[in-house]
Amino acid sequence: MTVWDPLRELDRLRREMDRIFESVAPAPGWSLEFLPGRAARRYPRINVAESDEAYVVEALAPGVDPAGLDVSVKDRTLVLSGEKAGPTGVPREAFHRSERSAGRFVRTLELPADVDPAKVRATYTDGIVQVILPKAEETRPRRIEIEVA
Amino acid sequence: MSAIEKTVAETPERVEASHEVTREPERYAVPPVDIYEEDDRLVVLADLPGVTRDGLSVQVEQGILTIEGRVARETPGNLLSREFELVPFFRQFRLTETVDTDKIRASLQHGVLRLDLPKAEEAKPRRIPIEA
Repeated sequence: MTVWDPLRELDRLRREMDRIFESVAPAPGWSLEFLPGRAARRYPRINVAESDEAYVVEALAPGVDPAGLDVSVKDRTLVLSGEKAGPTGVPREAFHRSERSAGRFVRTLELPADVDPAKVRATYTDGIVQVILPKAEETRPRRIEIEVA
Repeated sequence: MSAIEKTVAETPERVEASHEVTREPERYAVPPVDIYEEDDRLVVLADLPGVTRDGLSVQVEQGILTIEGRVARETPGNLLSREFELVPFFRQFRLTETVDTDKIRASLQHGVLRLDLPKAEEAKPRRIPIEA
């Protein structure tokens, strides 16, 4: 038997609306949301930048053990996963504030073009994950020499 | 954890003006914190991604603890999509007299600041011997 959970239904509706809004976003980088506050829940938050040679993905992930951080690339899909540890051994009643969320996370990102998986490099400094994904040879912009006849 | 509990935990608490002061929200980010109590101290953990030791300042003045962090980096290249902006972090807390402000220790690792605020002697829990 499944119990009807109105909160889950609402969340499902919200996700669906977000998807629709995503498809009508006027430009990449625009984020439209059905209800505010969803972006804060997508974890970790990610910036994507591009240069001629590579894509740069940066994720805010403070307090993550780098040993448990996993970055993988398959085709055009980048997957970041890891675990943010919370304070351990602290009883609930000892907390005055608990605003930092903790737990496992997985985030998948679709890249706009092919990259060279063998040359992907990832670093973790001051709580920020930076992944540099060099573009595949054939997707790099190429200057075409104009021959003067 | 139930959905309700999760929603509550994710909603930033309304700060009481008398206990905390935050600057203009558009110029500063308010770092999320965990504050918990141990027998002899209070522990404050604050998420400050991108903040280096040089960019961090922790001050106690007239009972107000100020955490300020500057970030000196930007995602290189032309941004295709942006979900975060590394603006300076700023947050203040009012400390009670029960904190021994001279013995506060701070450390920064993986973008998380940890502050140990030892309780003053008189504020520590004491076991009262029961006389027969």
